[in-house]
Amino acid sequence: MGTIFHLDIVSAEESIYSGPVEFLVAPAQMGEVGIYPRHTPMLTRIKSGMVRIKAQLKEEELIYVSGGMLEVQPDVVTILADTAVRSHDLDEAKALEAKRAAEEAMKNRESELDYAKAQAELIEAMAQLAAIDKLRKRGH
Amino acid sequence: MAGSREIRNKIKSVKNTQKITRAMEMVAASKMRKAQDRMKKARPYGEKIRNVAAHMSRANTEYRHPFLIARDTVKRIGIIIVTSDKGLCGGLNTNVLRKALNQMKAWQAEGEQIEVCCIGNKGLGFMSRVGASVTSQVVGLGDTPDISRLIGAVKVVLDGYTQDQFDRVYIFYNRFINTMKQEPVMEQLLPLTDDRMQSSEQDSDKSKTTWDYIYEPEAKPVIDDIMVRYVEALIYQAVAENMASEQSARMVAMKAASDNAGNVIGELTLIYNKSRQAAITKELSEIVGGAAAV
Repeated sequence: MGTIFHLDIVSAEESIYSGPVEFLVAPAQMGEVGIYPRHTPMLTRIKSGMVRIKAQLKEEELIYVSGGMLEVQPDVVTILADTAVRSHDLDEAKALEAKRAAEEAMKNRESELDYAKAQAELIEAMAQLAAIDKLRKRGH
Repeated sequence: MAGSREIRNKIKSVKNTQKITRAMEMVAASKMRKAQDRMKKARPYGEKIRNVAAHMSRANTEYRHPFLIARDTVKRIGIIIVTSDKGLCGGLNTNVLRKALNQMKAWQAEGEQIEVCCIGNKGLGFMSRVGASVTSQVVGLGDTPDISRLIGAVKVVLDGYTQDQFDRVYIFYNRFINTMKQEPVMEQLLPLTDDRMQSSEQDSDKSKTTWDYIYEPEAKPVIDDIMVRYVEALIYQAVAENMASEQSARMVAMKAASDNAGNVIGELTLIYNKSRQAAITKELSEIVGGAAAV
């Protein structure tokens, strides 16, 4: 140990990277951070940007993440990448949208019921017509 | 021969239905594979974030996130119901909704207030029919559980919890066991229970050590962020599982429908042939009878 650490980059939709690396640079909220093995435990937010990874005997690799969280332990580093673009205002807007949709649905409940009632009546009328038709055919 | 044409028409209509159900079965089978893949791909994230959340809950003692604090009195309950948007998937939605409704009745009998967040069209329709109060909803998710669509509805519930509107939050969904079996489950989402935090902690003794994290920029916002993401990941996982369940339930239901249609066609063909045979026999005997009389 000592010269490498394990890195996982995961998002809710897939596992992006998993393997031993020597060195890593991530765009943390307070500025870029470079991480070598046996870094002090740290938790921070990261901005959207490039994560630079240097694995053993390999070229440096660049991976784009759209923000997320970075957890550092001495020999394990985890990046929890966001899949969606997040900001407080955006989340708030989405929450309001979901609320509004629910309220509207509640308001329209009555009209929906009318619709169901009308449909039931229509089906009944159609069945009656079909029955009359059948009777007529049989009768003559 | 009056009956035979009717039977022929009936056979034709059943055959058409069978064509549709068979097509739907095949569509569901291919979608099921993708949905299962997505469900599996979401797992590493869920595990990682749970580990981080577990480490954090042990490491930091001065700030405990509200999601981790259990409340003594439970008066208002928030529930999230995950259902499919479309029907024709057997008893999938009915099962989970029945489970939810029974639980809601039990809670109401104890005098607790319930508010519902619906993910999926079927649950929304059902909940507004039974007259539950629906605070937020997401419908029309399609085939991919897009997290950016879920955030809004989830935030309403999470905010409700932090602002003391709810004392507990539960989630109902169909757990995917295998293609033939899906199980409606109820899980407590908030407050986060200890076994939820520890369930993947078998990895080593190392994880038992507490990390003294450096938080950047500060402890509270970082912890808040991780907790919210953790709960979102749990909900995302539930939605992904429900989607895989939906597709496999649909595939099984459509296969059963195609098989039934095949049986019906077989029976109808038999009846048709019999009636045709009877008509021919009748005609023949009439001719023979007529010839004998002459």
